Amino acid sequence: MKHVALLAAFLLIAGPAAAQSTGKPAPWGPGADDAAFAQMLKASFKDKGIAKLDRLNQDETQAFCSDPGTASGPASAARREKIEAANLATVKWPSDGKWLGDWREGEKIAQSGRGNTWSDKADQPNGGNCYNCHQITAEEISHGTIGPSLLGYGKMRGQGEDVLKATWAKIYNAKSSNACSNMPRAGHMGILGEAQIKHLMALLLDPQSSVNK
Amino acid sequence: MDRVSMGIAAFLAVVAAFATAAYAQKDKAQEGIEAYREALQDGNPAELYEATGEELWKKPAGPKNATLEACDLGLGAGVVKGAYARLPRYFADTDKVQDLESRLLTCMSTLQGIDTKPYVEAAFGTPPKEDMNALAAFVSGQSKDIPAAVTPTHPKEQAMYELGKRMFFYQGGPYDFACATCHGQEGMRIRMQELPYISSNKGAAAGWTSWPAYRVSSGQMWSMQWRLNDCFRQQRFPEPVYASDATVALSMYMAANALGATMKTPGIKR
Repeated sequence: MKHVALLAAFLLIAGPAAAQSTGKPAPWGPGADDAAFAQMLKASFKDKGIAKLDRLNQDETQAFCSDPGTASGPASAARREKIEAANLATVKWPSDGKWLGDWREGEKIAQSGRGNTWSDKADQPNGGNCYNCHQITAEEISHGTIGPSLLGYGKMRGQGEDVLKATWAKIYNAKSSNACSNMPRAGHMGILGEAQIKHLMALLLDPQSSVNK
Repeated sequence: MDRVSMGIAAFLAVVAAFATAAYAQKDKAQEGIEAYREALQDGNPAELYEATGEELWKKPAGPKNATLEACDLGLGAGVVKGAYARLPRYFADTDKVQDLESRLLTCMSTLQGIDTKPYVEAAFGTPPKEDMNALAAFVSGQSKDIPAAVTPTHPKEQAMYELGKRMFFYQGGPYDFACATCHGQEGMRIRMQELPYISSNKGAAAGWTSWPAYRVSSGQMWSMQWRLNDCFRQQRFPEPVYASDATVALSMYMAANALGATMKTPGIKR
């Protein structure tokens, strides 16, 4: 239960501070203050499989983005930039200087939504969940729409160093360029490894990839 | 027309053709799914669960060998008709806001003397928790075609609504997901599955009024608690405790947002 106490402590500290920095009171109405909310969380969840209670502990980015009214407001612009910079600083660039793997492997990773639920095993490779939210190839019509279409991604952008870096950073830590992006931070959170990210890079940027055909 | 504007016109025509083709393709897939969903409405196996639930409701059980027929679901002891359309709500006897399933546990405990712990802890769809799905099918069926009428008025109901709203936006876990990640915008999809925008009346209605539901793909009857449990699984959260406050709070948020929409319970899903 230590983490819940930590969360409660965090909420108590972060709550008033956030309110001060924006000059606005917290958006949650009576009965849903930080103490009541922390108490509800503590009583409402339990460990199951690999999904432990510590997953409820928020980092700064998650805490900030859990109050979207304040987070998206003009008064929070500086805070958003600070969070983006902190996330960008977590990005580990390719260790051998090579950016692209095999786009066919990338397609398999993009298709897979497996991993990290309480019914998954810790020793199985995770999928990228990409098609859940993005259109990626013309062949796959079963794609989500929460993220933008990535059809023709590399064809439109080429393979300049700025493109390689921006794409890598987006996959590794999506919050590096958009503080409250809906996209998970695949590299930073350990969802995907370096080799997997290279395969996804190839899927997006290799001229032979079905994304760019 | 000069060469530049002819070029622009040609470009726009090509873009329009592509856009139309893509739209038509998507439309066709979507239409197929909608036709399938409509066909499912003809015979909903949830009726079988409703019948089982009614039997459970009327059968003496537990150490007190009593039925659930005296259970107060909010409209007075024994009133089932229309009760689900007004849940969750505040109950003076427990001094708590309860959804249908937490209230059923209270009645099983007080009226029948049943130890509800095994019901809370069992996996969904296994004994004895499977009884909760049947009971939820029965009770929710008695609110079919009745408008959802949850309006938080008691201070504890208002607090529960606010807690539910806060829970809806609460991010955590390795994927940074909150309920709002998928259900916080209008007209979004995961793969081909349309996602209701729960903060709007229309979206909340689409979600709230169609659960509990029979799921054709799994052949299972899912209560709202089961639905929420699997949402949290996919959110990569730890498991919500059955009938816990976080789940009741989210139901309060959905039910109140769905105000006025007609209950279609129990529903049927792919």
